[in-house]
Amino acid sequence: MGKTLNENLLAYNRYAGRKKLTLAISVIAMIFVALYAVGVGSIQIPMSEIVKVLCGGGDNLSRTTILNIRLPRVVAAILVGASLAAAGVVMQCVLRNPLASASTLGVSQGAAFGAAFGIVVFGGGVVNSATATSAITINNPYIVTLCAFVCGTFATAVIIAISQFKKDVGPGGLILAGVAMSSLFAGGSTLLQYFTDDTKLGAIVFWTFGNLGSTNWTELLILACALTLSMLYFMFNRWNYNAMEAGADTAKSLGVNTRSVMLVSMGICSLLAATAVSFVGIISFVGLVAPHIMRRFVGNDYRYLLVASAFAGALLLILADTVGRSVVAPVILPIGALTSFLGAPMFLFLLFKGVGRNG
Amino acid sequence: MVEVKNINYAYKAGAENVLDGVSFDIGAGECLAVLGNNGAGKSTLLKCIDRINPTVGATVTVAGKDVFSMTSRDMAQHIAYVPQNTTVVNMTVFDAVLLGRKPYIKWDTTEEDREIAMGIIERMGLEKYILRNVSELSGGEAQRVMLARALAQEPKLLLLDEPTSNLDPRNQHDVMQTVQKIAREHQICVITILHDLNLAIRYCDRFLFLKDAKVYACGEREVMTASNIEAVYGMHVHIENYGGVPVIIPFPDVK
Repeated sequence: MGKTLNENLLAYNRYAGRKKLTLAISVIAMIFVALYAVGVGSIQIPMSEIVKVLCGGGDNLSRTTILNIRLPRVVAAILVGASLAAAGVVMQCVLRNPLASASTLGVSQGAAFGAAFGIVVFGGGVVNSATATSAITINNPYIVTLCAFVCGTFATAVIIAISQFKKDVGPGGLILAGVAMSSLFAGGSTLLQYFTDDTKLGAIVFWTFGNLGSTNWTELLILACALTLSMLYFMFNRWNYNAMEAGADTAKSLGVNTRSVMLVSMGICSLLAATAVSFVGIISFVGLVAPHIMRRFVGNDYRYLLVASAFAGALLLILADTVGRSVVAPVILPIGALTSFLGAPMFLFLLFKGVGRNG
Repeated sequence: MVEVKNINYAYKAGAENVLDGVSFDIGAGECLAVLGNNGAGKSTLLKCIDRINPTVGATVTVAGKDVFSMTSRDMAQHIAYVPQNTTVVNMTVFDAVLLGRKPYIKWDTTEEDREIAMGIIERMGLEKYILRNVSELSGGEAQRVMLARALAQEPKLLLLDEPTSNLDPRNQHDVMQTVQKIAREHQICVITILHDLNLAIRYCDRFLFLKDAKVYACGEREVMTASNIEAVYGMHVHIENYGGVPVIIPFPDVK
């Protein structure tokens, strides 16, 4: 005898509950790893002391270390990882390309060029010390972010134009376009470096390694605002993204204005990635890898995938940063290099598996 | 119930029209088969009706309402479209059907949306697959899921682009029986593109022949004549009556 309608609905609710549980586990894992990361470094701080400091207590050394150095770094990892992953998952959806992300489409490199341009030409950055962790501070985040956004958006506009006007370009073609854009901006960055003075040159080169330790609370607030507003827009459109997974014609017949959703989403992704890159430098592959990991757990349903990807991106970046700070301590390895070590095999795996729609 | 007037469409400005002044109408609960050679403009016609392809000077009314002046959401509540070679979504059957409630969703689905989706899944005989991924289903089952998704929109007009392509004969008949039943029970108008003339004559009430971008013939059973089929497809046919069922037998070698 078949199940009744209510029994079938209950079975589905249990299934949806498992996806929500996955989200809850990723949040708990992220919080746990974040707390662990705060304690790791040249001065090991026990968990109990971290909790005390976060609750307003603790001794002065712990307070200074955690609130001025470790916590901004971990919060930066959370915000940047979540931003890049959220931008990546949305780009993969609206461009119908499983290899799309800010780094593979040239948006990160564009933003990096823009940020370097803002620092060198508009004086948006200043070199304030020779230490590795604070070689450059962005003293005018607005001009740097604006420059990063403009150049990141330019890369986005080229990708959108190619996908709109050359419809048979395919996923591989878009990635090649991204390679071309990256090359263009790399050339621009090289010229900037060639004509700038030695101090700024060193600072820019160091900056392109990716550095989570250079952010301050004001920059983190800007990142948090950009991420929150973007996630609100993405979540508001989660059913549109689900419809777009079924193909453009089906999405249109379901009442989705695919063109406007695609254009606005890509613009917001560009802003999000550009803002993140302008503050911490190029961090590759998080936007590509995090969504694909979470697709394995929650499927292609954007009601869950958006949030899950953001948490996974945050978790990945905290892990990469913690490894970078602890593996050859006290030397801190560049975060950009570590994420590339993590992401490149994943990228190759996706290529070998085939760049089919479901990745 | 559905009135289509003067649809003209060209893929590029200044190019020859692939549709030229196409007009027809259908009553509630009727199923209209769009017939014609490859490239006759059948799929383009459905996309023009569903506003996927923009047209100028045409009017489409569904239940007395002008489709071209509706909002996208309103239109999706009136017209559902199942494209040819639908992308098989990587989600569960229930989620794929629930997607049909998209035009009614404000922030998230309601209990009512979920009950409607589950009710349609049961009517389509898909209840044992609710948590299976659509990509794991057979072609016939996946086609049913796409139909169920379209029905979840609670449309007044259902547009189907070759719903039986890639299906075996058993599934072709099953799908068309379901379409006919849905049209009758829910008084939904169905416009379907079919290449199999026997499926068309068996399950559809009205027939529209497209030739050279224009309507060659449109009407009920009386237009399904050997001469019309020969003129449109360039192929000799016989129409026999086999136990009350009309059967079209092609003779491609006869000139």
